[in-house]
Amino acid sequence: MNILVRIKRYDPERDAKPYWDEFRVDVEPIDRLLDTLNTIKWTMDGTLTYRRSCAHGVCGSDAMRINGRNRLACKVLMRDVGKKVTIEPMLGYSVIKDLVIDMDRFFDKYRSIKPYLITHDNEPGTERLQSPEQRAIYDEGTKCILCGACTGSCPSIWGNPDWVGPASIVNAHRFIFDSRDQGGAERLNLLSNKDGVWRCRTIFNCADACPRNIPVTDLIEQVKRAIVYGGPEEA
Amino acid sequence: MLRISTGRGPRPAMGSNFETFSWYYFRVSGAVLLIMVLVHLFIMHVSNDVSCTTYAFVAARYSNIFWRVFDWLLLTLALTHGMNGLRIFIDDYVRKPGARMWLMSIAALLLLVFFMLGTITLITFQPVTSALGAQCLPR
Repeated sequence: MNILVRIKRYDPERDAKPYWDEFRVDVEPIDRLLDTLNTIKWTMDGTLTYRRSCAHGVCGSDAMRINGRNRLACKVLMRDVGKKVTIEPMLGYSVIKDLVIDMDRFFDKYRSIKPYLITHDNEPGTERLQSPEQRAIYDEGTKCILCGACTGSCPSIWGNPDWVGPASIVNAHRFIFDSRDQGGAERLNLLSNKDGVWRCRTIFNCADACPRNIPVTDLIEQVKRAIVYGGPEEA
Repeated sequence: MLRISTGRGPRPAMGSNFETFSWYYFRVSGAVLLIMVLVHLFIMHVSNDVSCTTYAFVAARYSNIFWRVFDWLLLTLALTHGMNGLRIFIDDYVRKPGARMWLMSIAALLLLVFFMLGTITLITFQPVTSALGAQCLPR
């Protein structure tokens, strides 16, 4: 089938402002959008720039705005996009070139919530045990691949780029609700200020954007509850 | 799976946490406002004829301290709830420091002025007999 692909292009060394570029591409219905982008880059316009690595929905590098929604290009099939597909870089990030966005601030915010095990007791000497029930509590958060789709879909981030954003809160949740971790109070303290969880307006764009189907908004709400009513008990 | 907090685990250091208080206050004041506004709406527009809500009606109503307290609570909750919302709008969408300062100051000033105006009126209101006019008192 023949599909019209509209791509928002921008090369800061050449263009004063972004513009729409159009390509007509012959695709198979079961091609992924990433295959279509590859076809364009390899056979039509070699200057088209985008990130991709594993191409199987695991590395999270090809998150982009497809028909107005943040998706991974490698998880979208051409038969699902219609006769015309619109591709843009994700909103809420500065654009480096074409579909490549600057994720430095995203990772700065991710690091700010201390996404690693914090313990105050002596090391146990054996492995740190946990029951399947305790593991299940924070299971959703462990699925995050840091693609940035949720953060780039969030109107609160569009309005205020200083906000910590949904992806960071999901990863904070993953440790706050981990029975082996003892940094819960520390992280809740970080997230209880103005640029913490309170800028979330429960819009649910993040949950729609997540390619791993993480219920992002629910996890943020759980962190809000933990701040007000107290978090889970520590090990 | 939604996990309801046990309430015994860690929580952030309280006391200096205005934003957490602000969020919680929104929820509580919103719920209370919903009830109070409906009661207010019912009294002013359903149980009484609108043409009857005259000076005399207000005077009769304010002879009971309960309605003064009710109206003062409604005023306080609506003002603080609304202005807190305005503060968050400004915080989210106004990025220039100068404009933020001005808008925040105006919002705070409006809050103060309306609160004082309403409170003074509610405390000092005394019916002027000559102004009562025709009787159209609530049933």
